[in-house]
Amino acid sequence: MDFEPNEEQQMLIEQVRRFVREEIIPLEAGLDPDASELDPADHARLVEKTKAMGLFGIDIPKEYGGPDIDIVTRVLLAIEMAQHRAGLYVPCYGTFGGAGLAQIFEANDDQKERYLYPTLRGEKKAFFGLTEPSGGSDPARAIQTRAERKDNGWVLNGAKIFISNADRAQYGIVFARTDSSKGRAGITCFIIDSDTPGFHVRRVVHTLRSSHYATELEFKDCWVSDHQVLGEVNKGFAVANDRLTRQRIPYAAGCIGVAIAAHEMAIEWAKMRSTFGEKLSHRQAVQWMLVDNEIDIRTARHFTLEAAEKARRGLPFKIEASIAKLTASEGGGRVVDRAMQIHGGMGMTKDLPLERWYREMRIRRVGEGPSEVQRMVIAREILGSNLR
Amino acid sequence: MSIRLRLDKPWRPLTAEEIARLPGQLGVYQIADASGAILCIGQAGARAPFGLRSELQRELAERGASHQFRVEVNQQYRTRWFELLMVHKADHGSLPPDNAKNPPPLGRLSPN
Repeated sequence: MDFEPNEEQQMLIEQVRRFVREEIIPLEAGLDPDASELDPADHARLVEKTKAMGLFGIDIPKEYGGPDIDIVTRVLLAIEMAQHRAGLYVPCYGTFGGAGLAQIFEANDDQKERYLYPTLRGEKKAFFGLTEPSGGSDPARAIQTRAERKDNGWVLNGAKIFISNADRAQYGIVFARTDSSKGRAGITCFIIDSDTPGFHVRRVVHTLRSSHYATELEFKDCWVSDHQVLGEVNKGFAVANDRLTRQRIPYAAGCIGVAIAAHEMAIEWAKMRSTFGEKLSHRQAVQWMLVDNEIDIRTARHFTLEAAEKARRGLPFKIEASIAKLTASEGGGRVVDRAMQIHGGMGMTKDLPLERWYREMRIRRVGEGPSEVQRMVIAREILGSNLR
Repeated sequence: MSIRLRLDKPWRPLTAEEIARLPGQLGVYQIADASGAILCIGQAGARAPFGLRSELQRELAERGASHQFRVEVNQQYRTRWFELLMVHKADHGSLPPDNAKNPPPLGRLSPN
């Protein structure tokens, strides 16, 4: 497979790279180091620019009005969009727009009218409610939130944790157990309006990612009608699982972008900084750290583009997505760590973005399936299901 | 270890002497009038030259005496600040008056 960008991809890469360097990074210099939002006026101005670039709504499928961007190109652009302080979790501060949750594209016509189109117009925001206090990596077994039949609908009881944006969203996609005897075949996906009686955002959950909090949710006799079932009853696990696999590719790309930015900073610093009468770049210890960075980045980039290319061709890409997520999140963490080491004391300060990337990159080894689960997925695929 | 949701330390007088004792660290704070009614919930972020001390010095210069304050050193000053604002709104139905003048984007919280 040839992963060199073609002419059109290269043009888009340069366009986005210029946008990050000329629009995002200068604004970021005036923000709190942990900020995750731009001033609304700046945000609106930059959205107009991404619209003029033809890249607004970058994740929206073409048939719903999004730009016609394949997943390989999307990965190449995601690598560029992450190369600033907030870039790992808030690439370009959302100025390229969002598509909402991928699952909502699977909604029926009535649900599309009520949720998908308002989301695409920017009128509604959504949250994704999968993880529970009992665990997140193994949703088929960990989901304890129950949904029971009542009055032509369902009554939900249970809790979710580590849920982003639930306090600000108008609705969410929530997974609940509808048949306790069937394991993964007993989970259903519901669309829950956040003003539904019985739905509560109970508390903020603070994490290493101090720019943004997660929340803990409680469902207490929360009744929803049959119209709120997304997809089919007892087939919610497939909806969740598809998202988890697909998400791993852009998730990996963000890690690569930050790793490249940290690596470039380390190279520049090593060429500039002298200790004991010699540039850091002349010292073998530093050279080897930079070489290891280069190898980590190239490895992650190769595997991520391989996963994207297989997905683009419609081939199975489960192993490739796991390898991409694994190499990018683990390799990216090592790159940022070495870049901090090369910067010495300055690398630990909030004056530079490295400390934020270090904290946020650590989360990446757990988010969207921890490294150990990725290895399990790969092992299952190479050993075969009968050898598990 | 339990997580303390509300900032419920004793109030201290907003004076130069009290502020001088504060650490130069990141964190959150509350300002109240003499009766203890909260006027403002603030944060001392990484751009404040001496963290909480700088922010409280600014508050004193702007507000003058006869106010009270309390602080919490917290590296997660931004998310803690949002949390305190949402909890205050849930408890009182509105934001503290000074925050209400220019409210940040906030979500809904229904703490137990």
